[in-house]
Amino acid sequence: MSIAERLPTSTRRQWLTLAAGAGAWVTAYWVNGWLWDRFLYDALGMAPTDRLTETIHFFLYDTIKIALLLVGIIFLVTVLRSYMSIERTRALLGGKREGIGNVMAAGLGVITPFCSCSAVPAFIGFVAAGVPIGVTLSFLIASPLVNEIAIGMLFSLFGWQVTAVYIAAGLVIAIVAGWVLGRMGVQRWVEPFVFETKLGGQVIDSTAGLTFDQRIQMGLEEVATILRKIWPYLLVGIGLGAVIHGWVPAAFFTTYAGPGNAFGVLVAVAIGVPLYSNAAGIMPMVQALYEKGLPMGTLLAFMMAVVALSLPEMILLRRVLKPQLLAAFVGVVATGIVAVGYLFNLILA
Amino acid sequence: MIIKVLGTGCTNCKNLERVTREAVDALGLDATIEKVEDYAAIMGYGVMSTPALVVDEQVLVSGRVPKAAEVRELLAPASA
Repeated sequence: MSIAERLPTSTRRQWLTLAAGAGAWVTAYWVNGWLWDRFLYDALGMAPTDRLTETIHFFLYDTIKIALLLVGIIFLVTVLRSYMSIERTRALLGGKREGIGNVMAAGLGVITPFCSCSAVPAFIGFVAAGVPIGVTLSFLIASPLVNEIAIGMLFSLFGWQVTAVYIAAGLVIAIVAGWVLGRMGVQRWVEPFVFETKLGGQVIDSTAGLTFDQRIQMGLEEVATILRKIWPYLLVGIGLGAVIHGWVPAAFFTTYAGPGNAFGVLVAVAIGVPLYSNAAGIMPMVQALYEKGLPMGTLLAFMMAVVALSLPEMILLRRVLKPQLLAAFVGVVATGIVAVGYLFNLILA
Repeated sequence: MIIKVLGTGCTNCKNLERVTREAVDALGLDATIEKVEDYAAIMGYGVMSTPALVVDEQVLVSGRVPKAAEVRELLAPASA
């Protein structure tokens, strides 16, 4: 029996359970650092200034902190997003022209619940509703690129300025890239079956008519699903972060990848594109690298490259896009990310 | 009763199939469960969010994996 199935059904009990859960979350977040201080320094008698102690402390503290942040953020995001649906987004974008359509598509890409496994039916559905290809691509770029979980994590770890910069940059990339691809007349690079496939009768809205209970359950299940999928990456990421934090001299990164290195952003994107991880998985590393003086633009570019362009999604999109368009898609998005990286290294320096 | 699980082989589609089999077994229904993986066929049901559950040509769930208990409730009227 899953946690969700044990949830009480009466509304009042439900709110009490939610409140108790929120209380437990806040308490755990609050005592996290203190607890590890007591455990390592007092119980085990380790010296707080010792390098190994610091590394272990960083690892334990960050594991709990990131896990708590993820649970809270994924849950909230999933419940809130369940009030939107890809079908509603399709209706909103239907008949919109390029330009305004690209802007709307990018914005909706951020708030629409969307699994890349539905990329093909979504693409066909959009085209069938008369949404221009470039506008559809703006949606498909924004959806993974401006990721709510990344927004929540960035906000918790780096504050609102970096978060605002990330959201704005992601939206601009999605809008411009979709618009540019649309201008290229990419119609001819879409697999013909897309135009022949019809969406049958009544379009089913996937989230309309759900009860609050079901939305809460979706939230809990999403937390379990994502954590089950990314925990190895998370531990490796935090482990690397801890090692960087404790053992790599600050001068190392600033010498080789700091603001002085003109190729820093290019290298970061080149490493990030083939890497495929959830935004949350690389956040601990981003944090540790930032502490060591790596510029924020380079780090944001790295993170965007990891989340926006992934091999599994490319394989799915290949079903609807011909190789030329797929290559243009990757090229335009990667170029946008590189440009954003350099721009923010200038602004945020 | 003909039950169809629409989806193209992602984890969630497999989960929906498993949950549906559990529910059918629990209710002791005489039902055939088919997997529909063809995009055109899936979209023919008006479905854009996979996985989806179709019972006797009616779409009951789309874009999520319900709990086994919920699927039992959905299938129960048909067993009576």
